[in-house]
This record gives sequence, C-alpha cells and structure tokens, in this order.
Amino acid sequence: MSEDHLNKAIHTLKERFGLREAEIQKYPPALLVPAEQVIAVCQTLNDEFGFNFLSDLTASDYYPEQEPRFHAVYNLYSHEHNTRICLRVPLNGDSPTLPTVEVIYYNANWHERELYDMFGFDITGHSDLRRILMPADWEGHPLRKDYPLGYEEPQFTFNYDDIDRRKHKARYEEA
Amino acid sequence: MTLTGVNTKPGMKKPDRVSVLMSETYEVTLEELKHLVSERALSGETVLLNMGPQHPSTHGVLRLLLELDGEVIVNCVPDIGFLHTGIEKNMEAKTYEKAAVMTDRLDYLNTIGNVLAYSLAIERLAELDVPPRAQAIRVILVELQRIASHLVWLGTHALDLAAMSVFLYCFREREAILDILEMCSGQRMMTTFFRPGGLWRDVPADFELAVRRFLRSFPARIDMYHALLTKNPIFMDRTRNIGRINAEDAIRWGLTGPSLRGSGPSNDIRKTQPYSGYEQYDFEVPTGTNGDVYDRYLVRMEELRQSLRIIQQALDMLPVGPVRSNNRKYVPPPRAELGTSMEAVIHHFKLWTEGFELPKGAIYSPVESPRGELGVYLESDGGPFPQRVHWRTPSFVHLQALPVLSKGHLVADLVGIIGSVDIVLGDADR
Amino acid sequence: MGIEQKLGNMGIVTLKLEQVINWSRANAMWPMLFGLACCAIEMMSAQAAHFDMSRFGMELMRASPRQSDLMIVAGRVSRKMAPVLRRLYDQMPDPKWVISMGDCASCGGVFNNYAIVQGVDEIVPVDVYVAGCPPRPEALIHGIITLHEKVKGETLKDWA
Repeated sequence: MSEDHLNKAIHTLKERFGLREAEIQKYPPALLVPAEQVIAVCQTLNDEFGFNFLSDLTASDYYPEQEPRFHAVYNLYSHEHNTRICLRVPLNGDSPTLPTVEVIYYNANWHERELYDMFGFDITGHSDLRRILMPADWEGHPLRKDYPLGYEEPQFTFNYDDIDRRKHKARYEEA
Repeated sequence: MTLTGVNTKPGMKKPDRVSVLMSETYEVTLEELKHLVSERALSGETVLLNMGPQHPSTHGVLRLLLELDGEVIVNCVPDIGFLHTGIEKNMEAKTYEKAAVMTDRLDYLNTIGNVLAYSLAIERLAELDVPPRAQAIRVILVELQRIASHLVWLGTHALDLAAMSVFLYCFREREAILDILEMCSGQRMMTTFFRPGGLWRDVPADFELAVRRFLRSFPARIDMYHALLTKNPIFMDRTRNIGRINAEDAIRWGLTGPSLRGSGPSNDIRKTQPYSGYEQYDFEVPTGTNGDVYDRYLVRMEELRQSLRIIQQALDMLPVGPVRSNNRKYVPPPRAELGTSMEAVIHHFKLWTEGFELPKGAIYSPVESPRGELGVYLESDGGPFPQRVHWRTPSFVHLQALPVLSKGHLVADLVGIIGSVDIVLGDADR
Repeated sequence: MGIEQKLGNMGIVTLKLEQVINWSRANAMWPMLFGLACCAIEMMSAQAAHFDMSRFGMELMRASPRQSDLMIVAGRVSRKMAPVLRRLYDQMPDPKWVISMGDCASCGGVFNNYAIVQGVDEIVPVDVYVAGCPPRPEALIHGIITLHEKVKGETLKDWA
C-alpha cells in the first residue's frame, strides 16, 4: 500500500514539475529538483501526500566538478503512510543558494544553519543564518572538499624535537 | 605548516599563535541577538542569563542563553558546537572499516547502536548478507545498550531533580551491562563490535549465562525505581504539565523516539521499518498521552521492560551458525585459510592495504536509537573512502524544540525539560 | 591503633609542615565538574557506588571553579570550547592540579583534525595524563593516586 502511494507521489511530481529520477540514490527513491522549485515540491508533498516529517537535510560536495558541485539532499518521511522519499537539489559551486523550507518543516532551521556553516550555502529567507557548530568567528567552510582536514603531524623519533619546539605547551600564567 | 599543524590555504586568514589555539571568546553584543530575543530584553525589562557550557545540569557542553522575566523563561536560545569533533569530515579521510572506530564516539551512551547504524548502511548499500546468528546477537547487544542508555538518562534526570540515590542505583545496574560488553569485545564502552557483514567474532561461552543472570535480576530493580519515583509527590510536582508539546507540533519540530511517543504517536523504526531481524520479536511500543516530562519518563521506563522482553526472545531463539558473512570482497577470510588458499591471501592483502570499495550510490539508513531516529546518509563514489557520511542525529534536532518546550516555565523546570528530552551533546555536535 | 601508638601520652607529633599541608591537600581534593564527552560517563561511573571515588576524599564534584582544586578534563576539547576551558582554569584558586583524562584530552586521541585541540596541554598545564579511550574507572583512580603521590612530594615553594 505504501509502495503505491510512493509511486503515485513520484508520478504526480514528475508530471507537475517535470522532474527526473536520480539514479545515484539507492534508497529512498530520489528525484532531482532544481533549487527554485524546492518550496513548491515540498509544499505539494506535505499537503497532498502526507509527507509531514523532514528526516534529514544535508549536502554532498563533488569537488572538483563545478557543475553541479553540490547536491543538497532532503529526506522526507510520511508518518501516515510509512514511506520515505528523497529530493536531491543540484547546486553550482560559485554561489550555492537554496530557499528555506523552515515554514513547512520547522526543524529545517538548524539543518540549514548547518549547511551554511559547513558548506557555505546561502539560504534565502532564513530567519537566523549564523554559524552553529563552528565558533562564530571561524573562517572557511569545513565540510567542503577543498578545506584541509587540519591534522597534526605525528611525532616520530626523527622529528620529535622539531615538532616539540613548534608545539605550544601552556604555562601556568598565560592570559 | 603552522605551529599546530593546521594547513592554511591562500585566502584564509593566517592564524597567529593565540588565535589558532583559542579563538577569542566571542563577545556578542545585543545588536546581533536582536532577532532572537524579544523587545523586552532590549529595553532591559528582562534579564539575559547565560547558562554556560560548563553547568552541572546541562548534560554536557550545552550553552543556553535564557531571557528571564524574574524566574520565568521568556525565550531560550541554545548554542551548540562546543563538542564539535569533525567526525563527518574525518570519516571521509579514512577507509570504511577504519572509520567505524569513530562511530562509537558520536552518541557515547549508545555506542554499539551507532556502529549498528553504520554497518547497516554499508550492508544495505553493498547488499551484503548478515547471518541470522549475527543478527540475533546484534539485537541482544543493542537492546542491552538501550537499557544502559536509559539507565544513565534516569540517573542523571533524577539527579537533576534531586534524587541522588537513583543515580547510584542506575550506575550499579549499568556495571552489569558493561561487564557483558567487556566480555564480548574487551572494551566497556567503545566496543566497535559490529563490522560490515556481522560481528567481529563470536560471543564467548559465558555470554548466555551472564545475560540470563541480568534478565533475572533486572525486573526487580525497575520496580524499585518505580517505587522511588513514579508516585513520589515531589517528582510528580516537578514533572507533570511541564514541557508539554502536542503530537502535531512534535512531528513538525522533528521529534522522534520516546520524546515523540510521550505525546501520542507510536512511531518506532523497529516496528515500521524493521532491521536486523526485529520483525521476529514480539514487543510493544509504549506511548504517552499528555506530552509532558512525566509521560516521557513513563515511556522510557516501560521501554526498559520491553527491551528485556526482546532480549529474552532473542536469547531463546538464538540460532547457531557463522557470525560474519562469507563475501570475501568485504569480509576478511579466517586466518586458518591463509595457509592453504591463494585467494584468501589475495583478499586479505587487498582488504588490509586498500580496504573494500562500495558500489557507487547513496543510501539513507535509519535505526531507532534510545534517543530517536538515528540515520546514516552514506554516499559512495566507488572508491575505498566514503564520499560523504552524514549522521542525522536525534539530539541535534530535538534541541531545536527546546525553546518551544520551555516557554513560560521556571528555570528550575528547564532542568527537568532538558533531562526529559535526553540529549547527548556528542550526538548533537558530531 | 595507628596514630595513638606514636603519640604516646602527650599527644604531640613532630612533622615537617610540608608533610601536613601536602597530606591535607591530597586527601581532600575536590574535583571540578568538567566532563565533556564519553570520558565523563566513565568519570561518573568512577564517582558512583561501584568504583567509589569518595574514599579518596572526592565526595562531591563542585560545579563552581572557585570551590575546587582539581580539574579533570574528561573528554575531547573542541576549538570552540578551548577559551572556556582556559577561563575556568584561571578562575580556580591556588593550589590547583589538572588531570587530563583519556586520549582525546591527552593528545587529541582518535581525532586528528581541524576541530579538536590536539592535547589539552596546549591550553592548561597538566600534572597527570590518564590514557585510555575511555580509561576504565580503575585507570582514573590510578591516575588520582599518582597525583596524590605527586602532591605529597611537593614543596611549600611550589605554591607560595
């Protein structure tokens, strides 16, 4: 029963908005949605098909491809019909912008803040776009692929003293 | 390479000594917070109080900016990120098998549940089979971990509401469960016992005896906790009608797990989209009616009993057989084979040097953690390293609902509300 | 038994002042509640009934840094938390000691990346490092006993 519901929803969306299926996604079945149509598609899914729960909103970086560089991934769930559906939004690298869905799904608020913080997306219409996980004055967007991991060199015997000289050891009175 | 090894790229502000080690404490002015607090704060009528990252009742490093009118909370702005570990980015730099080590450290009260979520995502993407014995043992250990997590929740929640003996009793019970986990894997908390394809190794001979001993002794302890708290007038006064949320709002705000079930809907991923053999076991999903702190407490207490039921059934029906899949593309061969079979040596070599490669694709795989829906979004580009691993963690989503739950209550009630939502900051900040 | 045998009839003991002060500091050290992540759960287990820490004088964990002597940094310290940690250390009055509990606090642990301070000794001076991920409660107690031995070997000039 939920299979039919899901197929009906996908069919309606394909016809109404002209969407294609995303073959990369194995589960749940995914549709490629352009960024301008995100709000309309989410509204349709919420009102007509009962997808009233936003499970997850995340993104994936395909650097060094630039078009599209990012895919934003919306995972929706319907409590009534027990089905999941996924929307993938391809975004370009130069200025990725995404409209906010926080008026439909309230918990999208912090997910979108995390997208801004970690990937640098510009979320239009968001009520409170600030960094959430990194300190407020951090520069850079850590989850992008061109951001370095920032690891520390391990100290082996041959470079032990070298690293020790550079490493900062805290002292008692240090402001 | 700068002082502490942080690579800088052109365009990034070159970090000097002090700012790399500790970015200056960011002093926020009221101008920047204007859109978050009400107008009464700007005129000075209400007080802005910082319930800082180090606080005995915030269950971790959570910073709350409270706007108080006397003692009543007008608004509450959570500030997270003090435990951000960069696990998602770090997992992209490791192979799949090595990255499993980092998964335990996310939600550190449900360590083995996180490894289960990760292993299930890999198995679903690679279509790897898991033998039935491994599935049953996975269920037993995950339910034991659920009981352990609920015990810590109960201990700290009761401690915040000034019932200290419950804290000591719960941690005593938890030692029995940690002994069982240590018996299987050697580690009390960060076990990484589940691997893609099954378990790391079979459970020892005393496992069944220890679990049965636990199953015999635990129900009496649950009765004791009920006797101490459930009809206690002080506990009831501090928890009834506090932090109410109705089912509709709860779903909109993304609540899942016991926090949602306290308001009515009986949505549990173990029943709706079962994994690892949960459909064979007969158990109920407790729900509440009022959606307040007291109902969420009752839901979790009942879940303790239902977990015992599941463990009993799984232990009675425990099949014999192998504990890990035979698919040599993902699972290393047993060491005895290495002396006789050349293919085993080649598989072993490939798995140990390069790691296995998942087929290209993406998957979202949810499981039911003691906090709610724990989902793994795993995307693979066909290589040995994950392209993207994202953890949909319940605590991150539930913290957004905290302002809604706590509006109009006293500061002392806020402590109970935070406890009832059962947040773990490692889960929220990743 | 014990001390009465040595006192005899007069009730007078001759010791160095240093010994008395170190003995009292070691046996009544109050830890500050600074549990950050997974190690905090093992610290709570060490505090609870099974591995009792109150037999070492650490009956309660003071939440306020002004009232504590020992800071057990239990868990990973992220870059956002680092200034908070330093500020709390500065607010503790003398004499104060720091135990770095667990691998993440000692050296960055499993996480070698942009977000975690690679060893809390970049921020506060550490007296005892306890290894483990997370260290067993017995390991933490061993670390505390080591710290007690260190305290008993201190001179008055250290904290003068």
